[in-house]
Amino acid sequence: MATADSHITVVQNEDVFVVEFCDRKILDELSINELGGELQTLADTHKPIRLLLNFSNVEHLSSAALGMLITLDKHVKEGKGKLKLSNINPQIYEVFKITRLNKLFDIHEDTAEAQAAF
Amino acid sequence: MMRLDPMTRPDPKNEDAHRENEDDYREIRVKSTLKDAKTPEKQILNDIKCCQYCKESMFAIKLALEEAMTNAVKHGNQNDDSKSITVRYHVSDERVVIIVRDDGPGFQPEDIPDPTHPERISLPNGRGIMLMKAYMDEVRYRAKGREVYLMKRKPKPKQD
Repeated sequence: MATADSHITVVQNEDVFVVEFCDRKILDELSINELGGELQTLADTHKPIRLLLNFSNVEHLSSAALGMLITLDKHVKEGKGKLKLSNINPQIYEVFKITRLNKLFDIHEDTAEAQAAF
Repeated sequence: MMRLDPMTRPDPKNEDAHRENEDDYREIRVKSTLKDAKTPEKQILNDIKCCQYCKESMFAIKLALEEAMTNAVKHGNQNDDSKSITVRYHVSDERVVIIVRDDGPGFQPEDIPDPTHPERISLPNGRGIMLMKAYMDEVRYRAKGREVYLMKRKPKPKQD
């Protein structure tokens, strides 16, 4: 499930929506706003969503991307859903650690581990 | 050549200060929009690649530059696209210096609260400066906060 202009691909695995990112860099605000909008629409369409973001393609991340993830996390929780992250490479994980957001998000090693934790 | 605010002149005790001569830096001026703010990155990163900086340094510089440009558009120039952003940079075999200047009113960096504080950890904004400081060897605000000086040293090859 991905349109030509989409920033994500979504696969439904049992009752979990697994999202992969099309862009290797989630840096600039313009794309991040569009990406955040797509993820919120997905969450709203499948309330209460079980949403897993697979970061395996992602090589770069900015503070604007972290902000978008925080907003999405709140949005999902307000809809009684759950958000988990997985497959974050060590360089990107460092960004989460520096900002201490590794404590705020539910981060798993890989999709299988995350899926089992829902 | 810009004039440095006397309060923010490089500290002569700083090991790098005596080597600073910013006259021969390359300069790129862009319109203050998020789209235009992306353009200097390619040129700067190309110059850095030529000096064979490692992958980790490239990641750090790219991230810091992105944060500095976004801050210049949003907070410095307050999304006013009639304003501009000036990027001056210098790449050598020892270090990369990037100076990003906006046309805004400036700010006091010490007024920016700690984004990792429990009361602020779930707010979506305010992590840009923290990331720049974590990834660069030196981050200094000058010209009353209108200009940020970013410096990254080239890591020495690891010796076994």
